[in-house]
Amino acid sequence: MKRAMILAMAVAFAASAHAGDFSELQRGKYLVQAGDCESCHTDRNGPRFAGARAIPTPFGTLYSRNITPDPATGIGGWSDEDFYRAMHEGISRDGSHLYPAFPYPWYTKLTRDDVRAMKSYLDTLEPVRQQIPPNELRWPLNWRSLLSVWNSMFFKPGEWQPSNDKSAEWNRGGYLVEGAGHCSACHSPKNLLGSVKKGDAFQGGEGENWLAPDLTGRTLGGVSEWSIDEIAQFLLTGANDRTRASGPMTEVVELSTSHLTADDAKAVATYLKDLPNGASVADKKTADTSRDTTRGRDLYIDNNCAACHMENGSGQAGIFPALKGSAIVQQPDPATAIHLVLSGSRAASTDSNPNRFAMPPFGGKLSDDEVAALLTYVRSAWGNRAGSVSGSDVRSVRKQVAASK
Amino acid sequence: MATRLKPVDAVLVGFGWTAAIIGQELTDAGLHVVALERGPFRDTVPDFSPTQIQDELRYAVRKATFEEPERETLTFRNDAGQTALPMRQLGSFLPGVGVGGAGVHWNGQNWRFMPTDFKMRSHCEQRYGKKFLPDDMTIQDWPLTYDDLEPYYDKWEYLCGISGKAGNLNGAIQEGGNPFEGPRKREFPLPPLKRSASTMKFDEAAKSIGLHPFPCPAGNASQPYTNPLGVKLGQCTYCGYCEWFGCANYSKASPQTTILPVLLRKDKFSYKTNATVTRVNLDSTGKKATGVTYVDAQGREFEQPAEMVILCAYSLHNAHLLLVSKIGKPYDPASNTGVVGKNYAYQVSAYVDVFFDEIVNPFMGAGALGQVVDDFNGDNFDHGPHGFIGGAYISMWQTGGRPILQHYTPTGTPKWGGGFKKALKENYLRSSSMQIHGGVMSYRQNSLDLDPTYRDIYGNPLMRLTFDFQKNDLDMEQYVTDRAVEIAKAVKGNRGYNVRARTGHYGIVEYQTTHNTGGAIIGDDPSTSVINKYCQSWDVPNLFVMGASAFPQNPGYNPTGTVGALTYWAADAIKSRYLKNPGALA
Repeated sequence: MKRAMILAMAVAFAASAHAGDFSELQRGKYLVQAGDCESCHTDRNGPRFAGARAIPTPFGTLYSRNITPDPATGIGGWSDEDFYRAMHEGISRDGSHLYPAFPYPWYTKLTRDDVRAMKSYLDTLEPVRQQIPPNELRWPLNWRSLLSVWNSMFFKPGEWQPSNDKSAEWNRGGYLVEGAGHCSACHSPKNLLGSVKKGDAFQGGEGENWLAPDLTGRTLGGVSEWSIDEIAQFLLTGANDRTRASGPMTEVVELSTSHLTADDAKAVATYLKDLPNGASVADKKTADTSRDTTRGRDLYIDNNCAACHMENGSGQAGIFPALKGSAIVQQPDPATAIHLVLSGSRAASTDSNPNRFAMPPFGGKLSDDEVAALLTYVRSAWGNRAGSVSGSDVRSVRKQVAASK
Repeated sequence: MATRLKPVDAVLVGFGWTAAIIGQELTDAGLHVVALERGPFRDTVPDFSPTQIQDELRYAVRKATFEEPERETLTFRNDAGQTALPMRQLGSFLPGVGVGGAGVHWNGQNWRFMPTDFKMRSHCEQRYGKKFLPDDMTIQDWPLTYDDLEPYYDKWEYLCGISGKAGNLNGAIQEGGNPFEGPRKREFPLPPLKRSASTMKFDEAAKSIGLHPFPCPAGNASQPYTNPLGVKLGQCTYCGYCEWFGCANYSKASPQTTILPVLLRKDKFSYKTNATVTRVNLDSTGKKATGVTYVDAQGREFEQPAEMVILCAYSLHNAHLLLVSKIGKPYDPASNTGVVGKNYAYQVSAYVDVFFDEIVNPFMGAGALGQVVDDFNGDNFDHGPHGFIGGAYISMWQTGGRPILQHYTPTGTPKWGGGFKKALKENYLRSSSMQIHGGVMSYRQNSLDLDPTYRDIYGNPLMRLTFDFQKNDLDMEQYVTDRAVEIAKAVKGNRGYNVRARTGHYGIVEYQTTHNTGGAIIGDDPSTSVINKYCQSWDVPNLFVMGASAFPQNPGYNPTGTVGALTYWAADAIKSRYLKNPGALA
């Protein structure tokens, strides 16, 4: 009741405020969305924010915490300071270290005010009593004390420092990307200890058998080639005339980026467009024009791909992604393209772009060699320039995907 | 003992086209709505996905997505002198089962009725005299006009992204469209589909004998389309698997491709699958519905209380639910009194197969890809000399060239063996078929009631259908079939044609046109109709009945366009008038 009243008052206050003049609760909600907290902290079909979602990592399975205000199993008893320490330093209320699957190396960039706003919002949620299963990590990683070593090697707490020689828009984008949005948590390669490699940030990363594409211009067709409006449209609707979100990005769009304001989406795009260019790897694997793609082309046209993606690879703007010039198609590592063909993907459904288009899984229809021939064709057709795919490439992705199910 | 569920503002019986529209409109108005669907959930992926084979045996022959007669059926007889028996096979109509209903497997042939179709009795009596109509013919005027429905036809067509060419824009006849159609306010949302070789030959032939061919308005998107709800459809690939199949490419208008992406996001909307509604519940006065009772897949009974009950089931099931719930007076053909079950009508269909000297690639098709002439439909010609009313369109369809059911061989070809194979090889690529798709009037002797003997698994009496073709409709069909033969003869390079005329008694097992109408008809008089002009029950004002069960007779057109428009019309009345002041709207 009390919570409902607080929320009602906050909403009433916000309604009277000017656009952009967020009340703390609304700002908190907005940042919780921008931080995509719901994604990890909600189990499939479970109560929102009540945790217990299994997070597969190379080191074992972690289970996300319950962040509803339940005093026994959630963060109901946490003070603002407890919460800030967790977000800023990765230290739990009881003083133990949190695993960096919780993206505190990014959340540390958030201002104290914003973190308090997020806590205020989380405090308005319905408390859910839900015990979280113990993590299933391999020895010795199940020793949390080792995390202080990890932190000393890879983590430096500190809020976002704006850059004076950049625009306000760039700085706002940087705050969102490097802080709440924690984009580089997925979109970067990791070292053996699971930390983002210094200097490699945003150069694409792998997780759950999906490749989060490079954002720095290392690969063809990537975000660096998109206009600011195209990037913003992608974030807000999960699609633009070039492509559609697929794999885990679908959920990120639905729960997080589609809730950004248009200005913030543009700010994020501005910052991403200005990322330092990584060393180009695309040209290293120029398509071998002598390769025989007859079989792949037949498979593409005959009842598999061309019906939606069109014979010329153009896709249908805003509906089915273009494969011509596609970044996903032309990644140096074909794993994600293979995964997409084998498992399919569902598009993000947002208020402004409600279709739940789905690419069906072709894994049951096409053999490893057929997928390889198909992708070899797609990666070299219509001006695409990426290496050929072998049957054994497909076999290994098929095995990994099957193992992760 | 039924479990009583939490009350909702409106409960929808069925979750096909009409429920999707009503659900969308009423949740927009702020209502909590639940839809109860007897079948499973279905969506493009995985159910119609291109990763599975569009298996003609499974879908078209064994009818995978339709009502299964071993679970639910009806009894049938041709006339009251016979004993009706439960049907073990259905072919003449194919009620959809599952979310999306028959909207999943329709072809997309999307029509507006003509202005005179809404005034069938008064128009014919005025033009030909009262004695022109047989005594047993019970056709009635609609209580609303084409002009009333025009904005709702428009809304429906823009929802679906209908591909077509206007023939009458605000009264001005348009080249290339249907000159006989009622005036429309604006062009179709998408241009017509690309034509097939067969439809071009038909077009040329029809024009050469003075007829007016035009492309059928198609619920198959000729181009990528975004509808007013923000839902997108992909471009049709002409794969030829619309009819009886779900579309794999998001190209055929269906609840799934036009409304559900928005509706299913709404917190105020929910649906239950495998939930078969067995009756509408009434309060002690019998004048107010309190909700519905349904049975789930495990046989458990639930009561869903609701402020409004809206029947959105297949037309026959709407009438059946009214009868088993004892709402409205059942129709008695002997005395021609009562209303529920009255004016059941079907359609009449004949074919003229044409054999060409050139290859026409029949496999390139779409459900509503066809050229049509309306010169002999409705009252577009003088019926005076002929002694019948009504009419049919003649169409050259190119819906596809499926291996089992869509190929034509000349009359006299053996049904199997070497002779059959040889004829098939010679003709498959060089043939196509014209359809004569005709209306059927309503008669005293054709009606629906409850079977006195047979019951369904829930203990309800089965619906009993009494129907046969009558002289008026068979005469009409023969007349228009003769006109189709004239077109066939005018086709350049034709090697011959087969006439498959419609003769004899109606049978329920053979595939014909699939369109049932009547049983819960719309009207302006409670003694001759079940629902008023806003599809509201005369007897129970918080009960509405959607769908083709409202049609007082069956014109020559496929019904879906008018079902969609009528649903929008009713939804508008509910939103703008009923919700403000619940009670009788007429």
